[in-house]
Amino acid sequence: MKPFKKFTSRVVPLDRANVDTDAIIPKQFLKSIRRSGFGPYLFDEWRYLDRGEPDMDCSHRPLNPEFVLNLPCYAGARILLVRKNFGCGSSREHAPWALEDYGFRAIIAPSFADIFYNNCFKNGILPIVLDEATVDRLFSEAGPGFELTVDLESQTVATPFGETFHFDVDASRKHRLLNGLDDIGLTLQHADAIRAYEAARRKSAPWLFAVP
Amino acid sequence: MSGKTLYDKLWDDHVVHVDADGSCLIYIDRHLIHEVTSPQAFEGLRMAGRVPWRVDANLAVADHNVPTADRDRGIADPVSRLQVETLDKNCADFGITEFAMDDVRQGIVHVIGPEQGATLPGMTIVCGDSHTSTHGAFGALAFGIGTSEVEHVLATQCLVQRKAKNMLVRVQGKLAPGVTAKDLVLAVIARIGTAGGTGYTIEFAGEAIRGLSMEGRMTVCNMAIEAGARAGLVAVDEVTLDYLEGRPFAPAGALWERAVEAWKDLHSDPDAVFDKVVEIDAASIKPQVTWGTSPEQVVAVDAEVPDPATEADPVRRESMERALQYMDLLPGTPIGAIRVDRVFIGSCTNARIEDLRAAAEVVRGHKRAASVKQALVVPGSGLVKRQAEQEGLDKVFLEAGFEWRDPGCSMCLAMNADRLEPGERCASTSNRNFEGRQGYGGRTHLVSPAMAAAAAIHGHFVDITERGRA
Ligand code: SF4
Repeated sequence: MKPFKKFTSRVVPLDRANVDTDAIIPKQFLKSIRRSGFGPYLFDEWRYLDRGEPDMDCSHRPLNPEFVLNLPCYAGARILLVRKNFGCGSSREHAPWALEDYGFRAIIAPSFADIFYNNCFKNGILPIVLDEATVDRLFSEAGPGFELTVDLESQTVATPFGETFHFDVDASRKHRLLNGLDDIGLTLQHADAIRAYEAARRKSAPWLFAVP
Repeated sequence: MSGKTLYDKLWDDHVVHVDADGSCLIYIDRHLIHEVTSPQAFEGLRMAGRVPWRVDANLAVADHNVPTADRDRGIADPVSRLQVETLDKNCADFGITEFAMDDVRQGIVHVIGPEQGATLPGMTIVCGDSHTSTHGAFGALAFGIGTSEVEHVLATQCLVQRKAKNMLVRVQGKLAPGVTAKDLVLAVIARIGTAGGTGYTIEFAGEAIRGLSMEGRMTVCNMAIEAGARAGLVAVDEVTLDYLEGRPFAPAGALWERAVEAWKDLHSDPDAVFDKVVEIDAASIKPQVTWGTSPEQVVAVDAEVPDPATEADPVRRESMERALQYMDLLPGTPIGAIRVDRVFIGSCTNARIEDLRAAAEVVRGHKRAASVKQALVVPGSGLVKRQAEQEGLDKVFLEAGFEWRDPGCSMCLAMNADRLEPGERCASTSNRNFEGRQGYGGRTHLVSPAMAAAAAIHGHFVDITERGRA
């Protein structure tokens, strides 16, 4: 995982609440056994007028001209602005994979679904929770040319006019994201504690280890 | 000090390490694996040169992609086949127990875990699938995880977690005849909303919950995730023990006795404090039918499709309007006037033996309405299928013009060949009515098995409780 650095980018305003992971990446793409290359299928059913299939070449597919992601003014944007409960529905990690592969590094919303929120950190995406009023404001200001600066170090989102909004993030997630650390390696630093726990449980609850 | 909730007890029993910032390393007793969310996890394991920490804690099965007809011909779709073959290979390579497609024990991962006794009270259980909450019906802490967490559990037998808050949903009184666990949980979601349980573990309690069979409790916990909660719980009682005793993975003999002793503590203490308590009167619950594209967009069968104009919150109003447009429904339409094209009885919510019995009871002696193109019955596992056939339920369905299939997820999410065509409307016993869930452009109405069966017979929704009286 790459370390998460401070950056400034255009902002795509996707004005919908309760966007579920089926919408972020429709289920037919879950059949892939790879973990990269999902970017072209991000929001597939909203983004294209035809039905997407895995391994399809998307360069010639008919685009939905009304869908915000297709507006040329948002090309290359790395920040997504959305409404509440983003990422609800199935636990598929393909959702953050698709967002990451497309190029998004930060998502701003009044709230996220739990599993999705977790999965973002594991895939180098920073989910930022700002209060509903602030998100409303950002929606009213967002448009062509509007940019925000995301700084995880100082936990702030800044507008070009110098206005900054603070966001909360738990310390260990921040540390891992900033340093691009692998979760498994960190956990294995506690291998002795895991073994000790297991040994104790084998004594106190042996049925948990019984094999038929 | 106040007592502990069931969730507190399960959590405390599994903490291996607490980080300075309060996040915890939690030990995982059982890891269930299926073909969709595991390939990249095994890939990651190999890439890092790691091996599973405890092979025997894992149990694997292919369910999402498997065909439900003509299985001996294999899987036609190359992508589906690749996923299933990849699971077979990964399990063989790492020595993980897998129920292969031709094994009678094969089925939907959340049906086979309990059925085998691989789901036990007091366990932590995870699977790369959000409906893992199902297993909470056994007084186990069970929740869905993402693929990188699947890799994490394989490599370390642990997960880094933060404790959720405690919510109690107490359902007092008794359910009316014909009103099922499915209606109960849909009514709960209608009350608290699809985000109402976000950040909480929900314990379901009260007379109506105690009165449910294990199958019913699984249906309720299954849909805890649709209320936003990663995990649902029901305390252990005699019903739990009766269900588990003698199952292949469950302890036997002296070990069973010892386990039962320990499980007696798996309930919330009388003085435990919950962060939120929701009270629901079981007697007020009627059969439920969803009308929109979110499980919270649900009303009683004798009600009408609601009017967005009466909704004050603009965001909700807009999602109602969008849902009505997608579902091609007008406000004020009586639910009973909605006609369906297909019926699906299956999924990890409602494909256990009791669900099939309830549906068969409604179907017996009737025929599928001519306007209904297909009524699909997909048992949750090979063993459920066998049991149903021993009871003659397959004949009841077949004689009524229903299709009797092999086990799998099937039209719950349409990853295999079973799916809706664009614009088709389905009465479904599954758990999600999202846009395109059962096939691109398909329209889903979530209902109980008996309600789905009745819709197949009549061609439209009917109140199963009225029908019983007529
Ligand atoms: S039956 Fe449906 S909800 Fe259950 S595991 Fe399968 S796809 Fe998921």
